Amino acid sequence: MPQNEHIELHRKRYGRRLDYEERKRKREARSAHTIAKKAQGLRGLRAKLYNKQRHNEKIQMKKTIKAHEEKMTKTKTEKEVQDGALPAYLLDRETQQRSKILSNQIKQKRKEKAGKWDVPIPKVRAQSEAEVFKVLKSGKSKRKAWKRMVTKVTFVGEGFTRKPPKFERFIRPMGLRFKTAHVTHPELKTTFHLPMIGVKKNPSSSMYTSLGVITKGTVIEVNVSELGLVTQTGKVVWGKYAQVTNHPENDGCINAVLIV
Amino acid sequence: MGEFSSNGIMGATDEKMVDTRQVSIMIAVEEQALVMGPIDVPVTVTLDQIKQMAEGLGMDGDPFMSVYFVNNKEITSSLSGVLTNEEKDDHETVFKIICQPQAVFKVRCITRCTSSLSGHAKEVLSANFSGDGRKLATGSGDSSVRFWDLDTETPEYTCEGHGDWVLAVAWAPSGLRVASASKNGKILIWDPSSGKQMGKPLMGHKDYVSFLCWEPLHLNGECRHLASCSKDQTIRIWDVVLGNTVRILTGHTAGITCIRWGGSGLIYSACRDRTIKVWRASDGVLCRTLEGHGHWVTTLALSSDYVMRTGAFDPKDVEILAYKELPKLGHGEYQEMAKSRYDAFMANRGPEVLVAGSDDFTLSMWHPTEDNKIKKKMTGHCQTVNDVKFSPDGRLLASASFDKSIKLWDGKTGDFITTLRGHVQCVFQIAWSADSRFLVSGSKDSTVKVWSMKTKKLEVDLPGHADEVYAVDWSPDGQRVVSGGKDKVLKIWRH
Repeated sequence: MPQNEHIELHRKRYGRRLDYEERKRKREARSAHTIAKKAQGLRGLRAKLYNKQRHNEKIQMKKTIKAHEEKMTKTKTEKEVQDGALPAYLLDRETQQRSKILSNQIKQKRKEKAGKWDVPIPKVRAQSEAEVFKVLKSGKSKRKAWKRMVTKVTFVGEGFTRKPPKFERFIRPMGLRFKTAHVTHPELKTTFHLPMIGVKKNPSSSMYTSLGVITKGTVIEVNVSELGLVTQTGKVVWGKYAQVTNHPENDGCINAVLIV
Repeated sequence: MGEFSSNGIMGATDEKMVDTRQVSIMIAVEEQALVMGPIDVPVTVTLDQIKQMAEGLGMDGDPFMSVYFVNNKEITSSLSGVLTNEEKDDHETVFKIICQPQAVFKVRCITRCTSSLSGHAKEVLSANFSGDGRKLATGSGDSSVRFWDLDTETPEYTCEGHGDWVLAVAWAPSGLRVASASKNGKILIWDPSSGKQMGKPLMGHKDYVSFLCWEPLHLNGECRHLASCSKDQTIRIWDVVLGNTVRILTGHTAGITCIRWGGSGLIYSACRDRTIKVWRASDGVLCRTLEGHGHWVTTLALSSDYVMRTGAFDPKDVEILAYKELPKLGHGEYQEMAKSRYDAFMANRGPEVLVAGSDDFTLSMWHPTEDNKIKKKMTGHCQTVNDVKFSPDGRLLASASFDKSIKLWDGKTGDFITTLRGHVQCVFQIAWSADSRFLVSGSKDSTVKVWSMKTKKLEVDLPGHADEVYAVDWSPDGQRVVSGGKDKVLKIWRH
C-alpha cells in the first residue's frame, strides 16, 4: 500500500505521458471489443453474472439516451395550474405559514350543542372502566376497595388541589398528567406545540370527560392564540378543538388533529 | 357702550361678555389667485358667515360645500374656536383663511352587500372597474378573466386562455379594451363588449408580469399602447393593435413591481433593486433614476392617477350618465375631453407628484418631471407599505401597510395627518371614492372597512368575506364597491 499520494504528486510535478490522451481515447474506443471478447470467453456462473450485469448496464444506457432525446426536443407541455394563487404584491414574499381557514363560529356552537362532531377519527374503541381504573386497596387490613387510580393520561386544570386522602376517590398520577399537545393543522400540514385548555369530550364516558382522561379519539380544547386564526368578523380565535390521534398512555405524548 | 365694544382688551378681560375682539382676515382659494380682503371681522364670526363672504370669490366649487382652514386647522364652527388667545389679540397679522373646494357631488357611503357572486374557481386576485364605472373585470387564480354585468350583478363573460394565475387586469382608459397578464408572462387583450380575445397573445416576458399600465387617454385617443413590467427585470411597451413589442426598457437589476404611465409621457417604474426609474415612453430613454429607498420599492402612486384612470369620464356627470353610455364619439373627441380634464387638474394641483411605498417601511415623495431630488420622506409605518393611493382631488394620500394600519398624508407636502386603525391583520388594498370623502380598504382579516375623511374614523365595517380580501375597488361613478379574495367569492357592496 502506498503511504502517500505519490502518483498524484508526480503527475502534478511532471505531467502525464505525452500520448496519454490519445491512448485513453483509443482504449475507450476499443472497449466495446474487449467487453465482447470477455463476454464470449466466459462460461458457467461467471457468464451468467456478467450477462446480468451487462443487461442492467444496457437498460440504464438506453434510459439515459432516451432522457437526453426528450430533453433535446421541445415539447409543449400544459402545466397544471397551481393551487393557492396569490396577488402580484404577495408573490416572492416569505409568507408565514399560518392557518387561516375561518371557522364559522355559529356552526361550531350548533355542533357543540348537538354533541355530534365531524371528527377525523369517527369511531373510537370504547374504554372499559376496568381498563381505565385500577382498584387501590385501602384500610388497615386492605379490605376496602373504593379507591381508583386512573391508568390513562389525564389533563388536570390549573387550579386543581387534591382532596384529603379520605375523600379522594380518583387518583390521577402526576406522571400521567399532561399540559401540552402536539396539534397538527390538517390544511397547513404543520404541527404546533400548544397548551391544552381542557378536555371537551371523551367519547367513552362522560365521567372520563369530567376527570380529564385523554385516550385516543378524545376531543381536547387547545390554545391556538399563537397561530393567529381570525374569525369572519375579524376577531382573534383563542380556543379551538382538536382530536387525539394516538394512544398517549403508550407514547408519552399527545398528538392531535385540529378540527376545522 | 360704543367705546367699550371697540376696546378689545376690555372684552378679553371679561369672559362673560361677548368676545368683541377683532381680527383681520383674508380669504383665499387654495391653488388659485383669488383673494378677498383683508377685512376686519369679530373673532366670533361663524363658518356660515365665512362661507357667505367667500361666495363672492367666484371659484369653481360651491363655497357652501368647501372646507376652510386657518393655520392648517379646519374651521368647524367659528373662527374663535380655532385661534388661540394670543392670536385673537393680534391686530398686526392678517390671518389667511384657505378655502378648499370640495367635490360638488357626493358619493353615498356603501353599507351593505348586494350580491355575492360565485364563479371563479380559485382566488380572486384582481378586480377593476372600467374608467366610467359601468363595467367590471376580475382576474383569478383559476386562470380566467371574468366580466360581470353590473346592472343585474350577474356573470357576463368568462375569458379563458391564460393557462396560469391572472395577476393583473387593466382597463384601457377609453374602456374599449382590457388587458390581463398572467404568471407565465402572457398578456392578453379582451374586448369587454363581447368577451372575445382581441389580436394574438402578447408573448415576450420570461417571468410573471406584475403590473400593467395603459397609455393615458389624453396622450393617445386610440389607447394603443400598453406598458407591462415583469419579474424578468424588463418593461415592455406593446402596440396592442399590431400585437408586437414597440420597445423594451431594460436597466433594472431586479424584478419590477409597479409601473405608472405619467400624464406627461413618462413611465415610472418601481423595482426591487431599490430604485425608481423614469423613462421617456416615446423613445425609451432613461431620464432619471430616483434613489433613496433601502429595500424593495413595492408600489407607486401619481397625483394624477385618478383623473387619468377615468379619462374622458367625469364623476361629476354621474347623474346624467347613470343610465346611458358615454356618447359615441371618435377617438379624437375622447382625447380632447380627457385632455381638458387632465389640464384642469394639473393647473390646480401643480406638477405631477409621485409617491412610492417600500419594504423599508417608508414612503417617499418626488417631483419626477423636474428633478431626482426626494421631496419628502414619509416615515411612520412599521411594516411593508403595500398600497398607496392619491385621493381623486389629489389633496390626500393614503397608504396601506402590513402593520394593520392605514395612514393619511397631505398630498402636496407629504405631512402626516392621521392613522386609521381598526384592521387586525395586514391591509392589502385601498380605494378612494370619487369625491375623496371615503376610503375603502380590504384586509387579510377578511373584512372590508370604509373610512370617512371628514371624521378621520371608521365609517362602516363590512364583514362577509370568509377569507383574505385581495382586491378592492370603488367604481368611479361612486355606485359600487367590489371586493374579492381568497374565498373565491366576488362581493358587490352598495349604498
